Amino acid sequence: MVEFTLPKNSVLQKGKEFPAPENATRLKRFEVYRWSPDTGENPRIDIYHIDLDNCGPMVLDAVLKIKNEIDTTLAFRRSCREGVCGSCAMNVNGKNTLVCTKAIEEYEGAIKIFPLPHMDVIKDLVADMTNFFAQYSSIKPWIVTQTPAPADRERLQSKEERKKLDGLYECVLCACCSTSCPSYWWNSDKYLGPAVLLQASRWLEDSRDENAGERLDELEDPYKLYRCHTIMSCTDTCPKGLNPAKAIADIKKLMITRQEG
Amino acid sequence: MKQTNRPLSPHLQVYRLPLTGIISITHRMTGVILALGLILYVASFFFILQGNDAYLELQSFLDYTLIRIAIWFFIYALFFHLCHGIRHLLWDVGYGFDKDNMDRNAIIELALSLVLTLIFY
Repeated sequence: MVEFTLPKNSVLQKGKEFPAPENATRLKRFEVYRWSPDTGENPRIDIYHIDLDNCGPMVLDAVLKIKNEIDTTLAFRRSCREGVCGSCAMNVNGKNTLVCTKAIEEYEGAIKIFPLPHMDVIKDLVADMTNFFAQYSSIKPWIVTQTPAPADRERLQSKEERKKLDGLYECVLCACCSTSCPSYWWNSDKYLGPAVLLQASRWLEDSRDENAGERLDELEDPYKLYRCHTIMSCTDTCPKGLNPAKAIADIKKLMITRQEG
Repeated sequence: MKQTNRPLSPHLQVYRLPLTGIISITHRMTGVILALGLILYVASFFFILQGNDAYLELQSFLDYTLIRIAIWFFIYALFFHLCHGIRHLLWDVGYGFDKDNMDRNAIIELALSLVLTLIFY
């Protein structure tokens, strides 16, 4: 449902400002969204100052530095620190990104860090991804076959067939795109969102999969697929440089072409 | 299980939508404005039908600067809606998804609707 304002319990309050380190020459201001389930208070923005001469180059380095040295109560997800695990997706200065692959120096002035937009917050920068992954599993992200496998080898692909998966298989399911999509904000209960639809496209394009008809039947729905209005925020924000908007358009095209077939 | 005390993270409050996103919502708003404007447009015909005096009255009403500006925006909205509609058609057949040209295409459609408005006005 479309709701432009935040519910009462989600409205932001002023938070604490931690003192800047002394004798630092390259200070950077970080404004970070904080919320703890234990206090019963509304979310707040805490302010930290980081000495860039004493910090790694990426936004994740700064967030880790805050947790390790300034405020250990800060909660966030991270793992691989090289953009392949998809854990550290956050909203930084108005765009969603993986903070491990985003350099601090790409931003001028203060850096504002929020959890992924329009999600239930578990704590601080940790959003509840339950619905997102339930939607992912609903599109059957695996190969479904009717014919028996060849007796003496795997199901092989030609180079051309494999090439069709480029631009799709790289997705790490960080949910940057889905949570950047206003359509997904208003209808995440029914609309699958760009990330899951890009995945749906990935299995539709796979030459080894023999379930395209059923996959399309599943997606033929006013909400699941057709809530995409080509806003293009997904493509704009994808930290892996993928193009979910195009993947969705490809599915829409498959819907039409199979009617002609 | 749904934890009801969990806050909703900020969305419109913090998100910086790309130009295509802003154009998308404007497209919808101009759609509403055009539909409402069409009613006024038709209503003006009925008004004229009341006779000569009514015609002159309407003409002097349309001469107000504010009204002229409103009409100008209405025509711009019309052409903008048309241009973005055409972009949607191109998207539907699979063209124009190139990430690097997103903003360029958006500026083209804004400029084109401006040019069309100027020609038409």
